[in-house]
Amino acid sequence: MSTFASATLTPERPADEADLAKPRTLRNTYTGSDHAFRGITFTGGIIVLAIMLLVGAFLASNGIQAVNEVGLGKFLTTANWAPESNDFGIAAVLLGTVQIAAVALLVAMPLALGTSLFITEVAGGWLRKVLTSMVDLLAAVPSVVFGLWGAYMLQPNIVDFSKWISVWFGWIPLFQVDGVDPASPLRDTVPFTASTFIAGLVVAMMIVPIQTSIMTESFRRAPVGEREGAFALGATRWGMIRTVVLPFGKGGIIGGTMLGLGRALGETIAIYLIISPVFEIKFHILEKGANSIAAMIALKYSESNEFAMSALMAAGFSLFLMTMVVNFTASAIIAKSRSGADSEG
Amino acid sequence: MKTKARRSATLAPATLAPATEALPAVDAAALGPLAVFDEPAPQAPSGAARLRAENISAWFGDRKVLDRVSLTMEPGKVTALIGPSGCGKSTFLRILNRMHEMIPSASLAGEVRLDGTDIYDPSQRVTAARRQIGMVFQKANPFPAMSIYENTIAGLKLAGIKADRGEKDFLVEDSLRKASLWEEVKDRLHQPGGGLSGGQQQRLCIARSLAVSPRVLLMDEPCSALDPTSTRRVEETIHSLRGQITIVIVTHNMQQAARVSDECAFFLAAHNQPGGIVEHGDTEAMFGAPRDQRTSDYVNGRFG
Repeated sequence: MSTFASATLTPERPADEADLAKPRTLRNTYTGSDHAFRGITFTGGIIVLAIMLLVGAFLASNGIQAVNEVGLGKFLTTANWAPESNDFGIAAVLLGTVQIAAVALLVAMPLALGTSLFITEVAGGWLRKVLTSMVDLLAAVPSVVFGLWGAYMLQPNIVDFSKWISVWFGWIPLFQVDGVDPASPLRDTVPFTASTFIAGLVVAMMIVPIQTSIMTESFRRAPVGEREGAFALGATRWGMIRTVVLPFGKGGIIGGTMLGLGRALGETIAIYLIISPVFEIKFHILEKGANSIAAMIALKYSESNEFAMSALMAAGFSLFLMTMVVNFTASAIIAKSRSGADSEG
Repeated sequence: MKTKARRSATLAPATLAPATEALPAVDAAALGPLAVFDEPAPQAPSGAARLRAENISAWFGDRKVLDRVSLTMEPGKVTALIGPSGCGKSTFLRILNRMHEMIPSASLAGEVRLDGTDIYDPSQRVTAARRQIGMVFQKANPFPAMSIYENTIAGLKLAGIKADRGEKDFLVEDSLRKASLWEEVKDRLHQPGGGLSGGQQQRLCIARSLAVSPRVLLMDEPCSALDPTSTRRVEETIHSLRGQITIVIVTHNMQQAARVSDECAFFLAAHNQPGGIVEHGDTEAMFGAPRDQRTSDYVNGRFG
């Protein structure tokens, strides 16, 4: 056996193995246009990255002065915002930001999921096209318009619903509203205006388009073969969606939701127009008075001196970090999801 | 105890009998009624059914691809649909279990009778028709998010049928044995179905179709993406299912049609003309002594 193996193998193997055992260095000859293309795309990529880092570095370097003055611990735990008396922190605004974003997400996520399933699985022909472009159009509405709509159209109409929630579910601290007598026959809705809830609803309308378009895109890519496989087993449309579309689009659902969250965290002007800013840690989302980091920066910016400005920069940096983390997680999830990578072959 | 006796009495021996004798008998008794398949409707009959296509015409948009095709697929037999590409045989197959209508521009005329009942009748539910007339596709399409076990009984979940652990275990083993896949996967039932080889995936899809006890199984070029060994396994599966279930198979492979089918139908479409059946009959006659010159040319490989 061994003689047979050596007899067949020895002549095939070159004498000096040392040179061939090492991998070759591979080179390619580039033309001028190759270099130009590489150069342009590389520059573009680097500029985007540099802007990103510069924004972060700018916020951090400007904010460090204020944070050093009070200390990081106090900056993170103080609810008040009074830089002139060295009593300021992001506790209230950070919490407010998260609360508004949470309300927005809870409302927007089911809405976006339903819309995208309707677009991909139910609507056909012209309705699908119209809906898709309507969703894109919704994304193009400026946020200040959403703010005006929220303040003057939505708010007067939704406060009664806020009141209804508070009357029936007020025993849950989250929905409690102080200073309202449910038995009073008067329509006293003022305590329900300018709340976290209403701001959250408006932000929800603003993040539905991005969530919808990402979910739609991922559902659309669910393989036809798997869809037909489910139908051929006698699946109803919902059965097919549950078995094929939703598992396939899981990455798109999570990623789209989180991208929406990223936008909700940073939303400024619509919230600014709706809320009446308060600097206190509160969990009553239906009650008048709310705040967010972005809205606070817009509010305080014009009246700030150099030190107060530094404090706002520090608040801005914390928002920057938060949205970065959320967005990176979202894009990682979208990229990692199956999205046609396998089973398509 | 009384319930149990009634349950085992409803077992249809033809479709649910274990593929091998070695199967533990205790599981068979535990298997519940599969009558729940059509909750509101009366219990669906089981066993191989006669499928009769009557004057089927089909269009994609304005283009007519089939013109008044009639064919009877006898119960328990294997019918092969052969013919060159683009002659409408896959379209015909997809009409047999109402998959054709999923294409937005598609339309059709004619009737498909499953033991006499037109599956396109307005009173018939499309899901019920597809459950009785299963389909295996050209490209294996297991659900990648599911394990082999879950894939096999996916049809139960899709039909909303509740089954306990014992019933599921029995059905999984029985279906996988019928698809001659059990021996290869019995130790890794809970691994993803997508991890199997192409041929195994296709047999998993066959098992998945068999698990809902269809009366007819349609196969659309099931072996065209498989290597010779896997092809042989699928053909063996078809052989072992003969008699238990009506099989209709579209194939481009003449040898395969000759090997697996009892009856054969030769489809042909002239250029830009809708397709139709040139000749059909016993496979032996079709290959041995075709009546039509075009059939003779095709089965002898002179065109197509």
